[in-house]
Amino acid sequence: MSLLNYTLRIADSSLISAQRLSEWCSKGPTLEEDIALSNISLDLFGQANGFLEYASEIDGNKSADDFAFKRNEREFYNLKITEQENGHFGDTIARLFFCSAFNFLFYTELSKSKDETLSALAAKSLKEVKYHLKHSKSWMIRLGDGTEESKLKIQESLNSIWQFTGEFFEMDKIDIEISDYGIGVNNTSLKEEWNKIVNDTLDQAKLTRPEDMYMQTGSKKGLHTECLGHLLSEMQYLPRAYPDAKW
Amino acid sequence: MQNGNTNKIWELLNTVPDPEIPAISVVELGVIRDVIFQENSFIISITPTYSGCPAVKAFQDDIKICLQENGIENFELKIVYSPAWTTDWMTEETKEKLRKYGISPPSEKAICPQCNSKSTTLVSEFGATACKSFHKCNDCLEPFEHFKCI
Repeated sequence: MSLLNYTLRIADSSLISAQRLSEWCSKGPTLEEDIALSNISLDLFGQANGFLEYASEIDGNKSADDFAFKRNEREFYNLKITEQENGHFGDTIARLFFCSAFNFLFYTELSKSKDETLSALAAKSLKEVKYHLKHSKSWMIRLGDGTEESKLKIQESLNSIWQFTGEFFEMDKIDIEISDYGIGVNNTSLKEEWNKIVNDTLDQAKLTRPEDMYMQTGSKKGLHTECLGHLLSEMQYLPRAYPDAKW
Repeated sequence: MQNGNTNKIWELLNTVPDPEIPAISVVELGVIRDVIFQENSFIISITPTYSGCPAVKAFQDDIKICLQENGIENFELKIVYSPAWTTDWMTEETKEKLRKYGISPPSEKAICPQCNSKSTTLVSEFGATACKSFHKCNDCLEPFEHFKCI
């Protein structure tokens, strides 16, 4: 039961990030960026699919599609940061940068998991996430060390998304149990390296690290911000309106 | 019903082109990891290049059609994730085919497939497909795609 829940957490964060990013498709600020964000979204959908297939195997009853399309908000375990709205390009880049830095460290550790499927999916995802981090990091630097306007905007983006970064490092009962088995990752141990990547990038970007503040929490219990329901209503519309429709 | 000749299967698979880069076959791309004959059935293990690569579904269908057209019905396609696909599995011969097709093959530095210049500029980390980045040549000024190393 714990392993199913743990796998769904990883799958859901990838799936919701992917769905959110896909909203940029055909609306990117330049053609290259449109393609870049859509490609990152596609990678994340692919990763989500791998983890959802595994969840389906553990569950033995529900399919990967059932998990994606037939659950309600309170049954989703994605990190709250992943469901936040795209806002302007800088808002998306700030969110993507924090998530990619975390994913990079998380998958590096998960690829050492004793669970063969999780370690294989993590090793695969890690290769892709490296490019996501490289991409968002370079934009952080370009926007932060860019014009007065871009610097102001990306600093505001950072400040407003910062409250959602605390969830990366939380450990609840399930995380501790799965990590004790050598299957899951000790998220707390990733914080130091994450801070290093973030501080180093913000230095290069001439941006200010936001002060410690109240941190959002709750996604591990299925508690979400208002954003998730709207996202799901769009993502799940077709399979719910036309159950068992075939492509 | 084909008996257990896996070489024949490899031969047939080598005629299935990559749906996005038809200059090379799915075998040359390195996505066919194994073919074994087990309980009267060929088990073909396939690994995706990128997790979300839409070509995976396309070449699975192409493989099915190819094998069925050649009278082989007793096979099963299996997706495997480990070891993760890497561009290191491409042979020098395959890389040369890519270059001739106009795609700079995987290497640390993108080399212009038109004029072989090493003086090139990255335009975008992401090209028309997940596996390629987009560059331009500083010498012949032609734009080109580069197969990313993963």
